[in-house]
Amino acid sequence: MSEQEIDLKKRRFLTGATSVVGAVGVGFVLVPFLSSWMPSARAKAAGAPVDVDITKLENGQLVRVLWRKKPIWIFKRDKTVLDNLPTLNNELTDPDNTEDQQPAYANNAYRSINPEIAVIIGICTHLGCSPTYRPEVGAADLGGDAWKGGFYCPCHGSKFDLSGRVYKGVPAPTNLVIPPYHFVTDSLIRLGIDPKAS
Amino acid sequence: MDNNKNWIDQRFPLTKVWNEHLAEYYTPRNFNFWYFFGSLAILVLVIQILTGVFLTMHYKPDAALAFASVEYIMRDVDWGWLIRYIHSTGASAFFIVIYLHMYRGLLYGSYKAPRELIWVLGMVLYIALMAEAFMGYVLPWGQMSYWGAKVIINLFGSFPIVGELILEFILGDYAVGDPVLNRFFSLHVIAIPLILVILVFLHIVALHAVGSNNPDGVEIKQNKDENGIPKDGIPFHPYYSVKDIMGVVVFLMIFSSIVFFAPALNGYFLEAPNYIEANPLKTPDHIAPLWYLTPFYSVLRAIPPMFGSQLPGVLAMFAALLILIALPWLDRSKVKSIRYRSWPYKVALGIFVVSFIILGWLGMQAVTPLYSLMAQIFTGLYFAFFILMPWFTSIGKTKPVPERTTEH
Amino acid sequence: MKTLLNTTLSAIAAMVISFNASASAVGVHLEAAKTDITDQASLQRGATSFMNNCSGCHSIELMRYNRIAKDLNISEADMAKNLMFNADKIGSPIFSSMPEDGAKEWFGTTPPDLSLTGIARGTDWIYTYLKGFYADETRPYGVNNHVLENAAMPDILWKSKQDKTEKEFNREVRDITNFLDYVAEPVKLIRYEIGVKVLGFLFILFILSYLLKQEYWKDVKYGKWRAKD
Repeated sequence: MSEQEIDLKKRRFLTGATSVVGAVGVGFVLVPFLSSWMPSARAKAAGAPVDVDITKLENGQLVRVLWRKKPIWIFKRDKTVLDNLPTLNNELTDPDNTEDQQPAYANNAYRSINPEIAVIIGICTHLGCSPTYRPEVGAADLGGDAWKGGFYCPCHGSKFDLSGRVYKGVPAPTNLVIPPYHFVTDSLIRLGIDPKAS
Repeated sequence: MDNNKNWIDQRFPLTKVWNEHLAEYYTPRNFNFWYFFGSLAILVLVIQILTGVFLTMHYKPDAALAFASVEYIMRDVDWGWLIRYIHSTGASAFFIVIYLHMYRGLLYGSYKAPRELIWVLGMVLYIALMAEAFMGYVLPWGQMSYWGAKVIINLFGSFPIVGELILEFILGDYAVGDPVLNRFFSLHVIAIPLILVILVFLHIVALHAVGSNNPDGVEIKQNKDENGIPKDGIPFHPYYSVKDIMGVVVFLMIFSSIVFFAPALNGYFLEAPNYIEANPLKTPDHIAPLWYLTPFYSVLRAIPPMFGSQLPGVLAMFAALLILIALPWLDRSKVKSIRYRSWPYKVALGIFVVSFIILGWLGMQAVTPLYSLMAQIFTGLYFAFFILMPWFTSIGKTKPVPERTTEH
Repeated sequence: MKTLLNTTLSAIAAMVISFNASASAVGVHLEAAKTDITDQASLQRGATSFMNNCSGCHSIELMRYNRIAKDLNISEADMAKNLMFNADKIGSPIFSSMPEDGAKEWFGTTPPDLSLTGIARGTDWIYTYLKGFYADETRPYGVNNHVLENAAMPDILWKSKQDKTEKEFNREVRDITNFLDYVAEPVKLIRYEIGVKVLGFLFILFILSYLLKQEYWKDVKYGKWRAKD
């Protein structure tokens, strides 16, 4: 049996190489475990696009539908409402939609594809409550004459206009989110799919 | 770095634990193949806990939902199939590793003084593991889950007078149903794993207190150098840590081969009838427990009912399990290792191992007169190994045990 | 002792070959299905055949239309147009079109869901069963089955059997069987492939860990372990 010098360099190299490859292996193992937390095929199927027929929707009427377990508001705005919206700009935090809270095709003055029909996710951008629909102009509890109709969050008092834009000086930081949607026909909205993708 | 270490060491014995259990834990230098299975058992325990935690996130312990939720994991959850196959393969792998680990103990007399408590703790671990595996097998709520649970639970009904009461106590109902599934789920996921982890901890504490045995069965602590370090000892870390890492990789290769290429292993690891949802109206053609429980199931079936009661068989089955605990006190031999044992022990051990394997195989078969006879013969041989042990370990000529470990 | 030994040996021999036989216990000779899960064309034909012939009565409710489309390389549009008879959403589970009450009335029993039959019964069973119908006037549909005595199911493939050559018919049955094998365990399509990669990776890790072990154990071999760095 012969004596032999310890080859420290080789030893360090092998320790390093084994550790690195082993760490890569641990990384591979993490993938399935973390992926299993993502929405499952069942959740995805349940979150599939939802069709909403708006033939019978009247001016000022708001319907709530569930899409991906979130309340979606669909409501019809008449000319008065649409004319009022630009007059509010000075009172709003982000009147020109600079924040990315809507798809590109809804990034316009009325935050919608068809100005008359508003489609908004009804979840307050502050802490997730669902604001109430307060369309009546001049509501005394919401600022009297200045109130042109909008949404009021009962949880912390955030206020939004009738295109989901947030007022200044309220807890909510950003405008309400517009979901992806498109018109299959003039009276049929499909929630969940962008116009081009269909 | 050193400052951090000092800060911790003043508050927690980190360096002390590291040294006592790894860097300055002196381990016999002559460990062979059989000594991989202890660390592998810990690895499998970790795998089972990790995959189990993630399966629990998607599984529904409800008789109406359980079966579908397992298939939900297999199909709808991203990578759920892999997590489940690792868990189901892990259950069988656990027993393969544990059986080899126990066989090592028999080969080299690792249960003999001063290691009796390590063996006893290990046996309790083994029994807890069986309960864990059995309850886990009930959870998918397939036909084998249901009828297996029914047969095993009914064993407890064979006790005289209180049998009926025990049955209702276990079932929480008058038949196997939702309450059993729910309580087995709780025991499988929380109670028994907790017990397993604590027992493993105690098992290792006891081992590190007395030191490891080795294939020569010599006590390395009896030969120390001037620094008080056993002459035949080497520090566990880095020598056995690098060796065990290599063993882990080899194990993972075999394990992955099963997980990816044959997760059901031809019906041994996952039984085909368990892919049919539990149906209280229809017993499958053939019921057998999974392979790791079958030796004891064979013992149960080998003993015919007496006085109109299944009780003798049930008692024999529990006796077959519990008698293993008495091993350290039944073995009278002066030497530990098979290398220096007398021939009667070698023959007896051979017969015992063959009997155990054949009993395991018989436990998977439908009963025929020939198989019943065989089960009786091998049950006899199984018990004979223990009952005759004080005798055959004290006869025959043993070889002289060397002072120091031999080179291998 | 000698007979005991013989018994033991023959028992061990029997153990090697008998497990499958005891699992299917019934005692009918099953023809080998010889399906090939990697044969995508066969799976596609099987899917079509299943949807047209079987899905009227049998659900495979653990399967979703879009999963089949994705796994078998069928576009979702084709799937929806040609194979989706009983649902309007591509992500839906595949239910039969038969109301449960009607089934009881027509067949005396509810046709079983076939999601897991590929494993529970096995491919050979399905293959032999589908080919195993024979004329029997005493039965409500005029047919009986070799594999499953008094099966409640009519011989749904009788027209294929009549019109096609034996080879073509066998192929159709094999395709359906193959499809059901896939349906019972969809990941079977990918797990072999992943397994090869995993083993390749572990092999590299093994080489490294082996060299690492050899390197450190030189100390033990040459009695120098205490000469630490």
